[in-house]
Amino acid sequence: MSSEPMPQSSAAGAWRTILRHRWPLRWMHWINLFCMLALVGSGLQIFNAHPALYWGEDSHFATPLFATQAMQRGGSGELYGVTRIGAVRIETTGVLGVSENQQGKLSAKGFPDWSTIPGSRNLALGRRWHFFFAWLWAINGACYLAWSLASRHLSRDLAMRRRDWREIPRSIADHLRFRHPAGDEAARYNPLQKLAYLGVVFVLAPVAILTGLSMSPQMDTLLGGLVDLIGGRQAARTIHFVAMSLFVLFALVHVLMVFYAGPINEMRSMITGRFRVRYPAPSETKENGHE
Amino acid sequence: MNEPMRPSRRRLLRGALAGAGVGLLSGCDALSRMPGFIDALELAEPLNQRLQRLLTGDRLAREFPASMISPVFRPNGSTDPQTPEYLALKASGFGDYRLLLRGRVEKPLEFSLEAIRAMPSRTQITRHDCVEGWSVIGKWAGVPLGALLEMARVKPGARYVVFHCFDDYGKDGSRYYESIDLLDAYHPQTLVAHSLNDAPVPVANGAPLRMRIERKLGYKQPKYLRMIEVVDSYAHLQGGKGGFWEDRDYDWYGGI
Repeated sequence: MSSEPMPQSSAAGAWRTILRHRWPLRWMHWINLFCMLALVGSGLQIFNAHPALYWGEDSHFATPLFATQAMQRGGSGELYGVTRIGAVRIETTGVLGVSENQQGKLSAKGFPDWSTIPGSRNLALGRRWHFFFAWLWAINGACYLAWSLASRHLSRDLAMRRRDWREIPRSIADHLRFRHPAGDEAARYNPLQKLAYLGVVFVLAPVAILTGLSMSPQMDTLLGGLVDLIGGRQAARTIHFVAMSLFVLFALVHVLMVFYAGPINEMRSMITGRFRVRYPAPSETKENGHE
Repeated sequence: MNEPMRPSRRRLLRGALAGAGVGLLSGCDALSRMPGFIDALELAEPLNQRLQRLLTGDRLAREFPASMISPVFRPNGSTDPQTPEYLALKASGFGDYRLLLRGRVEKPLEFSLEAIRAMPSRTQITRHDCVEGWSVIGKWAGVPLGALLEMARVKPGARYVVFHCFDDYGKDGSRYYESIDLLDAYHPQTLVAHSLNDAPVPVANGAPLRMRIERKLGYKQPKYLRMIEVVDSYAHLQGGKGGFWEDRDYDWYGGI
C-alpha cells in the first residue's frame, strides 16, 4: 500500500487519497470473486447429485452426518423437505430438500435452483463448470501468491507483526464498538483482517484444493496416505463442503465490513485503487489517540 | 491520483452492484446453453488428465483390509437389464454366455464363463467412487484385462478398448458402452471381474462379468459386459464421445 499523500485540509481533519491496491491485486481480486461464485454454484450442483455427507472412507447411507431429503406427507402426498444434521431433523421446505423449481413448482432438490449452476439439475455441466473454474481459480491464486511475495505485499501488508498480536484485543473492541480507524491506521489492515485474509489464503484455499483432489480416484493412488489422515474419501468430501461454507461465511463478513467501512470508498479502492483516508485534526487526536 | 471521482464512474459502480446479483444466475444458465461455452469449459478435462497422470504414473489404487468392506455394494445405473439377449442369458444361468474379444487384434477370442473363472485371477479390495459423490468398498476378483489383450495380441496403431454391454440404460434401443485407452487397459488393477465379495457378481452389480477400472469413477466401469473391442478411434460409435455418459456431456477422462 504505497501512499501518495494529497492533503486536503478541512475542519474535520485532513483527507488524503492514497493508492491502496495496485492493479494486479485488483484484477486478481475480481477474477477470484467470479471463480468463487462459479465454484460454489457448480459445487452445490454436484452436491445435489447425492445430497448427503459422511465421515470415513465409504458412505454409511443410513447414518449421514448431514443430508437433505424430500419426504411425502401421509395424507395429502404433499412434498416437504427435511434436513438432517446427525440425529437432528429439521423441516426446511422451500430451501433444502424440497424447493420451487424454475417453473414455480415444489420439487425434490438438495440446494434450490437459484443457488446452483446450472439452475436445473445437470451434474455433467456442473462438473464442467467446477473443474474449469477450479483451474482458473488455482492459477489466479498461484499468481496472487507469486505477486504478493515479489511485491512484498505479503511481508509488508499481511504478515502479522508482534504489534498486531498485541493489538488483537483492542481491534476486537473497536469492531464491537463500530469505531472506525483513521489516519495511518485506516490505511493498513487491522490484525483481525490480516488473520482472516491469511486464514483464507493459507488454510482454507489449500484445504479446499487438497480435499477436492482427494475425491479423485486417480489422485488417490498418490494421496492415499493423506486421505487416510483426513479420515477417508467421504471425510474429504465433507471437509470440502465445510471449507466451501467457511468461504461463503468469509465472503458475507467481508461484504458486511465493506458496507460498514464505507462501501463507495472501499469499492473504489478495489476498482481504481484509490482510497480516501481521513487524518484527524489536532484537536481530535487526544480522544482518538492510540495507546 | 488526486482527481475527484468522476460521476460516470460512480454510476457504473452502483449499476454493477445492482446488476451483479440478478444477472449472474440467469447469465450462468444462458452460458450453459451455449455450445461454444460448454466446449470451452471442456478445456479442463485434458488438463486434469495430463496433470493427474503425470503426478500418479502407474501407481496402484488403494486396497483396503477385509474389515472395511461395505455391508452392501450399492448398485447404480442399470440394476436389472431387460434386453431380450440378456434375459435369455440370465434364464440359462449364463451357461451360454461368451465374452467376445474383437477389433484390432491378431487373434479374435471368445471365452465362456468357466474359461474366465479358470484363468489366473487377481483379487483386490477397492473403493468404488460414484460420480454422484458416494463411495462403497468391495472385494473383486477377475482376470486382468492386460492378460486377455496379450493373448489376442493387439495390432500396432490400436489406441482404445471399447466395452460393449447388454443393458439399454438410455431406453432407446441402444446399448451401454464405454472406452478407455491402452494405458488404463494394461493397468494391473484393470480387471474383467467375475466375483464380488467372494460370490459371483450379482445381477445388480453387472453379472456375469463387469469391468473394474479402479482409477476411474463408476460410470467408466461398465457392467453386463458383452464384447471387448480394440479400436483406433471411438468416433464412429453411437454419439462419438466414447461412452454412454460421455455422449451426455460427462468427461471421457473420468478420473476425478
